[in-house]
Amino acid sequence: MDGLAMGDYGAYVWSCYALTLVIVVFLSWRARLRHKRVYRDIEVRLKALEDRE
Amino acid sequence: MWKWFHQLASPPHFYRISAILAPWLAVPGLILIAYAAWQGLFVVPMDYQQGDAFRIIYVHVPSAYLSMMAYMIMATSGAIGLIWRIKLSHAVAAAAAPIGAGFTFLALCTGSIWGKPMWGTWWEWGDPRMMSELILLFLYFGYMALRSSIDDTTKADKASAVLALVGIVNVVIVHFSVEWWSSLHQGQTVFKKGTMDADMRIPLLIMLLGFTLLFGAMLLRRIRTEVLFRERRTKWVREMILSPEGGA
Repeated sequence: MDGLAMGDYGAYVWSCYALTLVIVVFLSWRARLRHKRVYRDIEVRLKALEDRE
Repeated sequence: MWKWFHQLASPPHFYRISAILAPWLAVPGLILIAYAAWQGLFVVPMDYQQGDAFRIIYVHVPSAYLSMMAYMIMATSGAIGLIWRIKLSHAVAAAAAPIGAGFTFLALCTGSIWGKPMWGTWWEWGDPRMMSELILLFLYFGYMALRSSIDDTTKADKASAVLALVGIVNVVIVHFSVEWWSSLHQGQTVFKKGTMDADMRIPLLIMLLGFTLLFGAMLLRRIRTEVLFRERRTKWVREMILSPEGGA
């Protein structure tokens, strides 16, 4: 428990590491999500075009 | 070598290569970050002045370094796009902006959290390092807002590249602010001799490498998306998406 307390600085240290984790996960997730969305949009448009042809 | 660069700048080639390359950056990056975080939190001895609060350095410095590196990539790619009109370079610039903004925000937050126990304040409006880093965040926001406000991609590329180039001045100020002016923020630490013991420095260098690799993987994924969007009306995208195997 002493190791986790970080000599009374625990709240500061752990909040920084937690925030880093949140931002890194968020950036990775956003990048993946946007790729999926763009890919799906193009796919839908191309399939609609193909059906029309 | 020149031929290889030329090939890489071709959107379909880049799209294929980046899909293979991204996991080779992300996985070692995550392993290095996990190892350095464990070292930084539990193995490295505490600082004699700052105590355990100094452990924030292992996330604050890499995020601050990436905030500047992402901007330099954005501005350099924009300049290459303006001068040599390489299509891919504008996609690189557009892809670097949101990642750079994320790491700038992280650097500001971790710096502020670190500042409270060390300086007795969350924020100091007169501090040159803090203010120039905040301006860097606004530059990223301005860059992204400018891009999204112009519908024509070519015009958006040109205008945003000019803005990115002008903003380089601020990156120089962020970097040298602690040397030029009196600041609450400590001076150069990582690459200056005698400022940090090797036991503390090595995990930090590992963390910097891990963050860089992860940034590279994120950037590749975002560039792929940009390339796909910009090339959405081309034959290769049509063939790739409508092929039975797909190409996500």
